[in-house]
Amino acid sequence: MGKLREHIRTWVQLLFAALTNGYAAGFANGTIYKGASKLVCVPGLNCYSCPGALGSCPIGSFQAVITSRTNKFTFYVIGFLLLFGALFGRLVCGWLCPFGLVQDLLHKIPFPKKLRRLPGDRVLKYLKYIILIGFVIVLPLTVLDIVGQGQPWFCKYICPSGTLFAGIPLIASNPPLRAALGWLFTWKMAILVVLLVLSVAVYRPFCRYLCPLGAIYGLFNPIALYRFRIDAEKCTQCGACRHACKLDISVWETPNSAECIRCGDCRRACPRGAIDTVNPCPVKRKKDA
Amino acid sequence: MSFLRRNRAAFITLAVAILFLAQGVLREETQIVFRKAVNICMECIGLG
Repeated sequence: MGKLREHIRTWVQLLFAALTNGYAAGFANGTIYKGASKLVCVPGLNCYSCPGALGSCPIGSFQAVITSRTNKFTFYVIGFLLLFGALFGRLVCGWLCPFGLVQDLLHKIPFPKKLRRLPGDRVLKYLKYIILIGFVIVLPLTVLDIVGQGQPWFCKYICPSGTLFAGIPLIASNPPLRAALGWLFTWKMAILVVLLVLSVAVYRPFCRYLCPLGAIYGLFNPIALYRFRIDAEKCTQCGACRHACKLDISVWETPNSAECIRCGDCRRACPRGAIDTVNPCPVKRKKDA
Repeated sequence: MSFLRRNRAAFITLAVAILFLAQGVLREETQIVFRKAVNICMECIGLG
């Protein structure tokens, strides 16, 4: 049963990635989907230029609206982020993000010395907030071209999800795009390769240190409908939860840490069942009673 | 009642989310998102 529960998350991630990137013809033809569902944002970091993408990336959409001529603020995308944040917090990162899935799968590759965290983790984890404020908000709003239009700085200079899910498949299947390759693609490929290689040794380096979407959802972890609480009567502070946590969180101290992606490993590892959700599933509650 | 009280912050955020979504649709931000999403984003794929 424990093994099955471990695999459920992977299957949910695979299923959600397939459902939201189901336009198979795009991969074959080197094109992207142009249907009405692209009005709607998906919760995870899923580039809208991925040939299979049926929805829009919230971080890309955010920058698209604030760099438009008419709007410098986006009610629509912030509304989406508030909605998913209030319901799930960073559960989205753990269960619904395709780039998170890729990092999870890479971390399953055996490696002689898996690292619990990178050196400088305490400082590095704040980098994602700097990227959010700098590359997603301030630079797109303030660095303007001659016609007064900004650029999507995060998508252009950092986003490895766009390179992996959109850049590589489109360039592989669309010869005219190949002819336009330059230093920017090399730079983005370098970021992607470093993160993918690092993912084998460290659990989810992009989510921990760089992802602006994770930075936003993490702020909602303490108030989201799906959040954890510790039963102080059951908890012996044995540290089993921290040992099981691949993000190295002291769950008994900070059950709603902004770093937690709600994978559930800590709950399975707790020998006394002291970690529960604040709003348990009604069916389970009835069974327990 | 305790369910509502326990999750007050989440419900307030959800209410604000719905208002923001509605305002975004009224301001036709959906069209900006759509226009961007149905054309290949050169910046996203690393072509500038």
